[in-house]
Amino acid sequence: MKLSWSDVTPEAIWLNRRSFMAGAAAGAAALSAGPALALSGAPSRFSTDAEPNSFEEITNYNNFYEFGFGKEDPARYADAMTTDPWSVEIGGLVERPGSYGVEDLAPENALEERIYRLRCVEAWSMVIPWLGVPLAGVLDKAGVQPGAKFVRFETLYRPEEMRAQRGGGIDWPYHEGLRLDEAMHPLTILATGLYDKPMPNQNGAPIRLVVPWKYGFKSIKSIVKITLTDTQPATSWQTLQPREYGFYANVNPEVDHPRWSQATERVIGAGLLGGRQETLMFNGYGEHVADLYAGMDLAQNY
Amino acid sequence: MQQLNSLLRRVPEWAVWIAGSIPLALLVFDVFVGNLGVDPVRDIEHRLGRTALYFLIGTLAITPIRRAFRINAVHLRRALGLTCFSYAVLHLAAWAVFDMGLLWSQMLQDVVKRPYLLFGMMAILILFALAVTSNRASIRRMGKNWQKLHKFIYAAAILASLHWLWALKLLEGWPLFCTGAILVLLALRLPPMVRFLGNIREKTIG
Repeated sequence: MKLSWSDVTPEAIWLNRRSFMAGAAAGAAALSAGPALALSGAPSRFSTDAEPNSFEEITNYNNFYEFGFGKEDPARYADAMTTDPWSVEIGGLVERPGSYGVEDLAPENALEERIYRLRCVEAWSMVIPWLGVPLAGVLDKAGVQPGAKFVRFETLYRPEEMRAQRGGGIDWPYHEGLRLDEAMHPLTILATGLYDKPMPNQNGAPIRLVVPWKYGFKSIKSIVKITLTDTQPATSWQTLQPREYGFYANVNPEVDHPRWSQATERVIGAGLLGGRQETLMFNGYGEHVADLYAGMDLAQNY
Repeated sequence: MQQLNSLLRRVPEWAVWIAGSIPLALLVFDVFVGNLGVDPVRDIEHRLGRTALYFLIGTLAITPIRRAFRINAVHLRRALGLTCFSYAVLHLAAWAVFDMGLLWSQMLQDVVKRPYLLFGMMAILILFALAVTSNRASIRRMGKNWQKLHKFIYAAAILASLHWLWALKLLEGWPLFCTGAILVLLALRLPPMVRFLGNIREKTIG
C-alpha cells in the first residue's frame, strides 16, 4: 500500500474542510436552511482571505487551562461548564454599570464574521472564522467615563465545573487586560460563535475576547467581568512569569520568548512536512494597529 | 530469586530490541491511521522524547534493583541504553524535520539561546558517545576509562529531565514524577544508599 503524507490527515477532517468551502460558496441559502442553533454574521472588510482551519481543528486544539494543560483537555472536559444562564458584569469607570446578558452585548442580528489569523505564543497559528461584535460598541453601551484608561477582563471561576481550577498553577480566576485604545480598536471583538455555530465551550463560550494582533492568551475566554480602570491591570500570565509574558503580548517576530524564537510559526493543519512560515509583525495587522504603539520600545513593552 | 534470575538470564538482548520497537510501531500506526489528532507533529516529537526517557529510566534501574533484590539484568542494559539513544535520535530528527522544517539557522540560534534545547543537545551528545563505545571492543580497549565515560549517563539523565521540565509553561505532574524517579535512581548510587540497598537484600533474601 502506498501512503503519502497527505494521507495523514484523517479523511473526516479533510472532507469537512471541503464541505465547509462548498458551504461557504453556497452562502446565505445554506445558512438559512441550517439548524435552529445556526448563527450568521455579515462579512467584514477586516477578514483575511486565508483559508480557515477546519471546525474540528479549531475545537480540538485549545489552550484553556481551566480544563487542563493538554491541548485536547478543553475539548474533553469543557462540556461540564454551564453557559446558560450567563451574565457579564460591566463595572468600574463606566456610566451604566450592571449585569448584561450575552444577547444584550452581542445581539444575533449585529454579528459580523471576522476571519482572523490567530498566533499563539507557543509559535503555532490557525485561521478562525469568528462571529462577534466590536468591543468598542459594547463599551460605548456601558458608557466609558473620561478617566478610564484600561480594561480588565475576568473569566469564570467555578472549580466544580472547571476541573483544573481545583489545582494550582494559575491565580484563578484567569484575568487579562487591554489599554483602552486597544480595546476600542475596530479589530477587537467579543465573539459568540465560530463558523456558523454558537461558541463551543472549549473555545470560550458563551462570549470571549478576540484581539488578532496579540498572542492568543490575551484573548480571554468565557468572560464574566469587564472592569474599566485608570491603572494598568495585572494579567494572569504576567503575574506568573513576568519575564516570559508581558502586558502587551503583541505578536512580534523580532522579540523572542525567553525560551523560543518567535520569528516563525507552525501552521496547524499543514501536515507533517508543512514546515514553518514567517511570523508577521502584529500578526499581519500592522497597517491597522502599528499606530497604537508609535514611539514605544516593543522589546521593553513586550 | 534464583529462579527469576535464571529466567532473566535466558532473555536474549534482541528481546529488548523487539520490545523497544513496540512504542515506535504504535506511533507509526497512529500516524497512518490518523489517531494523533490536530497536531501530529507535536505528538510525534513528544512521544519519541518521552519514550527515550522511559528507556533511560529503565537503564538506570538495573543496578539498584540488582543491589536490592539480587535480580540481575545487567546483560540487558546495553540494549536498553541503545534503545534510549535510538528514540532520542528520532526525537531530535522529528524536531528538526517536522517541527523546525529544517530551518538550520533558526535551529542553531535556538539551541544556543534556549537552555532547554542546549540541555537536550548535551544529553544526546553524551548518549551518542556512550552508544558508539557500547561494543565489546571499546570496553576492552578503553579499560578503566570506559567505566568513567559511561558514568556520564547520570549527567545525561539530569540534562534530559531538565530539558523536559524547562520546555513546559507550567510544572506538570508526569514530567515531575519522571524527574523524581531519575533523582531517586541516582541517589541510590550514593555510598550510604548502596549500603541501605545491601541491607534490604540481607533482609529479603537472608
